[in-house]
Amino acid sequence: MKFLGYHRPDGRVGTRNYVGVLSTVVCANEVARAIAGQVKGAVAFSHQQGCCQTPPDLERVTQALSGLGRNPNLAAVLLVSLGCEGTDVAQVAKSISDCGKPVQIVAIQEEGGAAKTTAKGVLVAQQMAVAASRIPRVECPSSELVLGLKCGSSDTTSGLAANPALGVAVERLVEEGGSAILGEVTEVIGAEHLLARQCKDENVARDLLSLVERMEQRVKAMGVDMRGGQPTPGNIKGGLTTIEEKSLGAIAKIGGTVIQAVYEYGHRPEVKGLVFMDSPGREPELLTGMAAAGANLIVFTTGRGAPQGFPFVPVIKVTGNEVTWKKMQDHMDLSVHGVMDGEESLTQAGQRVYESIIETASGVETKAEVSGYVQAMDIYVTGPVI
Amino acid sequence: MRRDAIVIKRQDNVATAIRDIPAGKKAEVGVGEQSVSVTVGKDISFGHKLSLHHIRNGEEIIKYGTVIGRATQDIQPGEHVHVHNVESTRGRGDLA
Repeated sequence: MKFLGYHRPDGRVGTRNYVGVLSTVVCANEVARAIAGQVKGAVAFSHQQGCCQTPPDLERVTQALSGLGRNPNLAAVLLVSLGCEGTDVAQVAKSISDCGKPVQIVAIQEEGGAAKTTAKGVLVAQQMAVAASRIPRVECPSSELVLGLKCGSSDTTSGLAANPALGVAVERLVEEGGSAILGEVTEVIGAEHLLARQCKDENVARDLLSLVERMEQRVKAMGVDMRGGQPTPGNIKGGLTTIEEKSLGAIAKIGGTVIQAVYEYGHRPEVKGLVFMDSPGREPELLTGMAAAGANLIVFTTGRGAPQGFPFVPVIKVTGNEVTWKKMQDHMDLSVHGVMDGEESLTQAGQRVYESIIETASGVETKAEVSGYVQAMDIYVTGPVI
Repeated sequence: MRRDAIVIKRQDNVATAIRDIPAGKKAEVGVGEQSVSVTVGKDISFGHKLSLHHIRNGEEIIKYGTVIGRATQDIQPGEHVHVHNVESTRGRGDLA
């Protein structure tokens, strides 16, 4: 299939065409938001990181911001810096510039405060927005789509309808040469040996298992065992028999697709097809990680109704729960509850998910976009703040 | 016809009930675009699993096209498949 997207100088294709105003440190968020608020076509990315952290985490923040800036949904990038942060701002700018994208920096301490920085930033962003508006949508093959996958506020319908339907869509997209990113290491615990069998080879399987092991150790260091007592008595009452079955309900998002490689958080995949990325399950960090890895669209399945969206990557909400579909109309984009009623097959539901992906990629807005519910963002760090 | 249970992948040997199915009912089980009928032994609640075939003691239970556990006794077609006749190969939820 084809969709209408925006060509970028590095050969990537965007599904949106924003000027990204990226705060490089928690202390610059206010200015980034003020600038984006005054320029049509500009969106701000703010977060809680970038200073007083361990070197590995600062490196991660630098890496994630670089990835976000390179995301093909951004036509140009304005970095808003404080001036004394731990983030390597010059490195972020270089990385974005290397992919052929216009990038500029404004620094609050250099300009002399928020008001002057905002004024300068607005003028820069306006010029970028005018230039971006000249870029037309053109026909692109579905192989240019990089789909982020997520489930949240799950219920029984997630594992039976929404996730397997998304799995059908992912199978089709990957067959057509497209890409998808699965994250949420915590969701995999219990079925990691099964997911390992879906990996391309032993090396990829080993990488996947070591990510799961690392996540488990991190949690264990806090004195918590994530594996114990799973599935819960409530799960068992609901019909889930084993921990494998519970985890497989979440992993059903990929269908039978083979995992080609495993990446660290926010790293851009070097291969096409399905990859696995280190990330927690929590929405702000997960959605940000997907965007930093280059996802130009995200599909988010939900049972009870998760509202989160992201500033510059559309997030399609799919539910298999009819009650949620009717009650949460301002947040849900697509319902596959026909699968639960027995009125629609998973194959049919999966095709509708696929069609929704193509339509949204071509410019149809998601509920999260039209309602402005797009602030689920932060960079995943693993060390302490100091 | 309205389905009572669905099979996620063709190779699965269990289906999941999408409504409460009373004992003795000939349940309509959706497999892709087709459906098959299986008579259920006892009441099966929404979200619970039923066997599609005769599953022998020790045989793998397949859902999502993948092994979710192993039978701990012979299971008849249409029988409730749960913690009383299935164990995980990685520790059972109600025993962990």
